[in-house]
Amino acid sequence: MYLYDQYDQAMVDARVEEFRDQTRRRLEGKLSEDQFKPLRLMNGLYLQLHAYMLRVAIPYGTLNSRQMHMLADIGNKYDRGYGHFTTRQNIQYNWIKLEEAPDLLADLASVEMHAIQTSGNCIRNISSDHFAGAAADELVDPRPYAELLRQWSSFHPEFSFLPRKFKIAVIASDTDRAAMKLHDIGIQIVERDGALGAAFYVGGGMGRTPMVAPCIREFVPLDQLVPYAEACLRVYNRYGRRDNKYKARIKILVHELGKEEYARQVEEEFAHLLSQGIEPPLAELERIKPFFADPEFEFGLPTGIDRSDPDFALWVDRNAVPHKAPGYVSAVISLKPVGGIPGDASAAQMHEMAELTKQYSFDECRVTHTQNIVLPHVKIADLHALWTRLDAAGLANPNIDTIEDIIACPGLDYCSLANARSIPVAQKISQRFSANGRTAELGELKLKISGCINACGHHHAGHIGILGVDKKGVENYQLLLGGSEAQDTSLARITGPGFDEPGIVDAVETVTDVYLRERDAGERFLDTYRRIGMEPFKEALYG
Amino acid sequence: MKILTGNDLKSGAVVWWDGTGWSIYVNEAVDVGERAGEILAREQSARRVNAAYAIEASRDANGVRPAHIKDRVRALGPTVRPDLTLKPADPEVGNWVI
Amino acid sequence: MADAGINGIGGTSPDEVQFRFRDDEPVDHGTVTVDSFLDQSNASAVRIEPGDDARALLPHLGRLRLVEVNFPVFSDGRGYSAARVLREAEYAGELRAVGDVLIDQLALLRRCGFDAFAPDQRLNEVDAVAAFARWENVYQHAADRRRPIPELRHG
Ligand code: HEM
Ligand code: SF4
Repeated sequence: MYLYDQYDQAMVDARVEEFRDQTRRRLEGKLSEDQFKPLRLMNGLYLQLHAYMLRVAIPYGTLNSRQMHMLADIGNKYDRGYGHFTTRQNIQYNWIKLEEAPDLLADLASVEMHAIQTSGNCIRNISSDHFAGAAADELVDPRPYAELLRQWSSFHPEFSFLPRKFKIAVIASDTDRAAMKLHDIGIQIVERDGALGAAFYVGGGMGRTPMVAPCIREFVPLDQLVPYAEACLRVYNRYGRRDNKYKARIKILVHELGKEEYARQVEEEFAHLLSQGIEPPLAELERIKPFFADPEFEFGLPTGIDRSDPDFALWVDRNAVPHKAPGYVSAVISLKPVGGIPGDASAAQMHEMAELTKQYSFDECRVTHTQNIVLPHVKIADLHALWTRLDAAGLANPNIDTIEDIIACPGLDYCSLANARSIPVAQKISQRFSANGRTAELGELKLKISGCINACGHHHAGHIGILGVDKKGVENYQLLLGGSEAQDTSLARITGPGFDEPGIVDAVETVTDVYLRERDAGERFLDTYRRIGMEPFKEALYG
Repeated sequence: MKILTGNDLKSGAVVWWDGTGWSIYVNEAVDVGERAGEILAREQSARRVNAAYAIEASRDANGVRPAHIKDRVRALGPTVRPDLTLKPADPEVGNWVI
Repeated sequence: MADAGINGIGGTSPDEVQFRFRDDEPVDHGTVTVDSFLDQSNASAVRIEPGDDARALLPHLGRLRLVEVNFPVFSDGRGYSAARVLREAEYAGELRAVGDVLIDQLALLRRCGFDAFAPDQRLNEVDAVAAFARWENVYQHAADRRRPIPELRHG
């Protein structure tokens, strides 16, 4: 994985000192809260329901054991012994003290980590495929391109005060595991006539006006990635709406201008920027690539699995994913225990995951947008030993991509923007389906919950989505069906009137009953919904 | 009644105006009547509180109850982690916010 | 900052400039709006508001000596693009950031080509000097023509 050189380290260290200075000025009263807020936000520090909340960037979701240990230590030292992994491959801590935040950031910097640009109207942490470098179906590893863009976007002088936040994802396979088309810019590395280049999808997003990004250019040569991205941003910075923050995302601009007109303006700016010589040298990309080279996979490894323990066999079937190297798999650690809080991990669990990362996965793990952790390169022969350790740490939940593998935002238990709680709904649904034994029968079913219209829990992209709303001061939940964030990206539709908390859990069970009754052989919930449409589900819910 | 709440500038802790200072216990909040604006301005400029605002609340047998569920969650802590609330011994404590 | 007068002259005066990184004499009169500038043949100082398109000035760079870019609120970042667009077109006159210009924006503004700063509220000198000097190196090309880290790495 990527390692800092003295330049990267100096940038992060300088940022810590800058924030220390800003915090001092705030505590001394030289900065008002209005002036300080955008500065702390640009260092990932929010003020949430119970305290300050810190969001730490995990660039393209990749961590080594040292970093994971540090995340655990920070949970113990500055927080209350845990952290929350998010849908943007970040981690959030909920109980941070402002006066301690500069020291926390210095600790992070000591393991090449930071919280830079994890909030604010700037280019945010760049996300990627959590199976990058391991997936059999990828063209190349997308992370060198993500790293190139990470550097370009860090402290970008022109794009630190955009109309609104800006999120970029980079993938390099036709299977989309990063919700690429639901980002402000989604980049897919593609091949044309033997050369690599980037397809740019611009103007996707969730929030209150969800949109799937259209492709605005099918092929940008790799040495022009940065000027093209810069052109996309400059047009947005110039014309993006600033009068209404709900219309300020680039998706609205692309929608209002039309993708052709937006693309035309980008091309014009791009042609101009090419004359400015702003692209990083190709040698830089070549320097970055070896950091992401394959680890030294062994050959001739056994591929057989002893399935005599049914619990282990189930975990392998659900949580182990084929790998490009024979004898290896990617193992997904589910942070979704039945009745638990999706995405939360205790400091002790993080320490254990760090140990396992080192021992079984070439010192590398990943955070997924589904709020789980991946050990990308595990020997099949080691799986049983790994599973035994995970089980002892409460981390062997065999439920990846099932209805128990729920994405849920923090909701009203932690978030000041929330209308309703998300976590208790997730807890009750996983308990219900674990108890009624249908999880296996339902197969792949992606359920996603947000506590308000901002859609941090991706409810628009759930096969089943749940959205918390405020009904005269009482929590209420709308049900959505038919979303997907994979390569067949689609936006879910609302079924009808909302439900109270017990009602929404029943409603989820009702729609799964319709699916089990109506499905054809081999169909997932989403396929059946697409074939039969909304009506049968509505009928069962409200009929 | 009208009460004041905000966060401690340094620690971020949720606090309530108790008539002389800021308490972490909502039950110590006092009715400020018409004086909300004046107290908020004074306390914020002295940096004794941050991001403070006035809310409606009522007083019943159990103490002070903010009108909005969001402020009840703030007063208590996360309902999904009773151990981290101000009443860690009671696993059903979350029901108070509903 | 004075409002635009009857003839459209307004903007900041040289006295209001707190930091200046140029040796030439400052223009001793005010600026006009982009619209009046485009109407007049002789104006040499113009003020850009966030909604103005800096590209409208490009045909007239030869007679411009001062461009003032107004930041009514610091969080409106359009002025950063305006500044770079002008510098990329080789505008060499004074580029002055005015309005809600704060300590923590100074280094970014400087990188986008601003070489004079007239904040609404005077900034603490010590903090400002530290802010200008904060970043020893930078990751990307901008108007300041510093060699970015990706180039430094390769000699
Ligand atoms: C608790 C503090 C949080 C706050 C205040 C917050 C705030 C927001 C807001 C305001 C938006 C809407 C932006 C817009 O539409 O312009 C948003 C979107 C989003 N947030 Fe959060 N968020 C929080 C936590 C999270 C967490 C925990 C996750 C991951 C689980 C997350 C992931 C996202 C994602 C994926 C989006 C959708 C991006 C899009 O609209 O394209 N956020 N957030
Ligand atoms: S969706 Fe709403 S409630 Fe959930 S984290 Fe985002 S802003 Fe908060």
